[in-house]
Amino acid sequence: MHGLAFDIAHLLAGGLVLVSLMMLYQDRLPALINVFALHAILLAASVTWQANIQHEPYLYVTAMIALGFKGFVIPIALRRMIVRLGIHREIETVVGIGPTMLAGIALVALAMVVMLRVTEQADPLAREDLAFALSVLLLGLLMMVTRRNAVGQVLGFMSLENGLILAATGAKGMPLVVEISVAFSVLIAFIVIGIFLFRIRERFDSVDVQALDRFRGEQP
Amino acid sequence: MTVINPLILVLAIPLGAAALLALFRGYRLSSRVNVLASFATLLTALSLFFRHPEPDSYFLVDDLNIVFIVLNSFVGFTTSVFSATYIAHELEIGRLTPVYLRFYHAMYQVMMFGMNLALVANNIGLMWVAIELATLATILMVGIYRTHEALEAAWKYFILGSVGIAFALFGTILVYMAAQPVVGEGLPGMVWTVLIERVAEFDPALLNVAFIFLLLGYGTKVGLAPLHAWLPDAHAEGPTPISAVLSGLLLNVALYAVLRFKMLLAANPAAIAPGPLMVTMGLVSLVFAAFMLYRRRDIKRMFAYSSIEHMGIIVFAFGMGGPLANFAGLLQMTMHSLTKSAIFFAVGHISQVKGTQKISEIRGLTETHPLLGWGLVLGVVAIAGMPPLGIFMSEFLVVSSTFSRAPLLAIPLVLGLMVAFGALLLRLNGFAFGEPTGSRAPVQASYVPMFAHLALVFTAGVYLPPALVAWFQHVASILG
Repeated sequence: MHGLAFDIAHLLAGGLVLVSLMMLYQDRLPALINVFALHAILLAASVTWQANIQHEPYLYVTAMIALGFKGFVIPIALRRMIVRLGIHREIETVVGIGPTMLAGIALVALAMVVMLRVTEQADPLAREDLAFALSVLLLGLLMMVTRRNAVGQVLGFMSLENGLILAATGAKGMPLVVEISVAFSVLIAFIVIGIFLFRIRERFDSVDVQALDRFRGEQP
Repeated sequence: MTVINPLILVLAIPLGAAALLALFRGYRLSSRVNVLASFATLLTALSLFFRHPEPDSYFLVDDLNIVFIVLNSFVGFTTSVFSATYIAHELEIGRLTPVYLRFYHAMYQVMMFGMNLALVANNIGLMWVAIELATLATILMVGIYRTHEALEAAWKYFILGSVGIAFALFGTILVYMAAQPVVGEGLPGMVWTVLIERVAEFDPALLNVAFIFLLLGYGTKVGLAPLHAWLPDAHAEGPTPISAVLSGLLLNVALYAVLRFKMLLAANPAAIAPGPLMVTMGLVSLVFAAFMLYRRRDIKRMFAYSSIEHMGIIVFAFGMGGPLANFAGLLQMTMHSLTKSAIFFAVGHISQVKGTQKISEIRGLTETHPLLGWGLVLGVVAIAGMPPLGIFMSEFLVVSSTFSRAPLLAIPLVLGLMVAFGALLLRLNGFAFGEPTGSRAPVQASYVPMFAHLALVFTAGVYLPPALVAWFQHVASILG
């Protein structure tokens, strides 16, 4: 593999793992959302670089989706949502930072050991990408487990999904990547709408829209 | 004469119907269109027996998936008949509004489309997208009542289902990575028929890891313990037609995905044998669910655990492999789909007329509603595995083939079966024969789908048509 191309791909994918670890210890939701936006932007950069070195123009579409949808639209929507629900100042109780980080490091080590061992014959770039992708995936899972708040869980899921997109773009010439990223975006849009309904229940103890109407005085 | 490809029709009819149903407002019209569309899908699915389209890089119809497609559209059709009366009652008591009704019917067809697409997909990426689509549709249906519990159930299903979906995608990517050096870049690397021909040359280590992820991912959808947590809630809180479709169909579709990948792994001599993994997960699910059956208070939840138990048996049978066990697995799967949906049809009407799903408040059904009550008795007797019904036959085959090949494994298997048997009959005694409670009002029920299913199960227990046996034997030999 030619030096620079490999190094840049490696740097971006490695950066994604680092940002995943950063997400683990954020205890305020707005900060967590910011870090997630950074995660998505880094993913977009990584996918763009893959599109460039693999000469696969359709990967640019995936990168654009990652950048536009997950880098901007979703974080902005979530931020508005938490402000509206009045949970943006709350400090989330996360499981102690020390144990979580240690678990995170252990998971990254596990991912490296598993993936690097089984992919000895694959080409080095895809191999490293896959190992990083599995780390991001496992860290996303860890985050979903350690958060109690629905918004935190969803951010964990989205970072997990970023890992999958990283793996899919790292696999050279994989078909249907764009379709898969679109399918995931639909899934995420549903999740975000879902949280909104869910949080309404917690605030008003019902998702009955009529109850909201009554609350706003639009109905007797 | 040019005939439209039935394969395209199997997909186009549900999709077109979904678009159409989203426009219709009236209940009568839309429920009829729903039934009609499901019936048309069933007819085209049956025509696949006579006209196999050639496999291309996206679609494939072979002897294995025809069984699944026909079963899928048959139960889809009968459930749509049941759903028409069920939903009429829900509208009457105001649990569903006309707006949600439109949504419900459209989603029903989207779900059928997703499941059929997953079954005919020859492309592992397309299969993944289709299963995700079907899952999303069912999640929306589970939450349709908008009660606290229904949303909670839908959310749980959502999160666990999404993690399962993510794992399955990672496994799919790994399969492509394994295929890419051999098959080359691009589309062929995801086409199942190409993969199965060349799989012997793939890197076994990568395939092993891929299979673990796929088994965990799609296994979540199958409802294998310990990944089953979403299943009882989703069954209990959604509308009953959806419980019937979930148990009878969606679990099978996910199982079908697992089987396709199992065949890939089995064709590579250097990869791990997928059997023991499936046997272990199957047994754990069976024994766990059998014990969980005892302390259920909600009738739909109880039958959801019974679904986990049966999926455990089926996965166990396919994990054992070999002609006899595979045959038993296929038969068990078919019988379970038919019986469990028949049970849910009965349970749906019962919980409507009694106004509750609590087991303790449902008593003496054979006295208050004889037809429904005896239908349920027959269904539970069948699902518990009593002779002479179909499930007895398939369970007998599973147990006897296990005894002849791995007697030690038969011990937990038989234990699980007995425990589940006891639990089901214990409960049955209460709600079928005890002192009658609750409403005795006559019920507007559609008995035809329920008794049609039960009649099929009974017939299969007494006499299996030789043509069906030959077909299943052939499929069992493909499965290896």
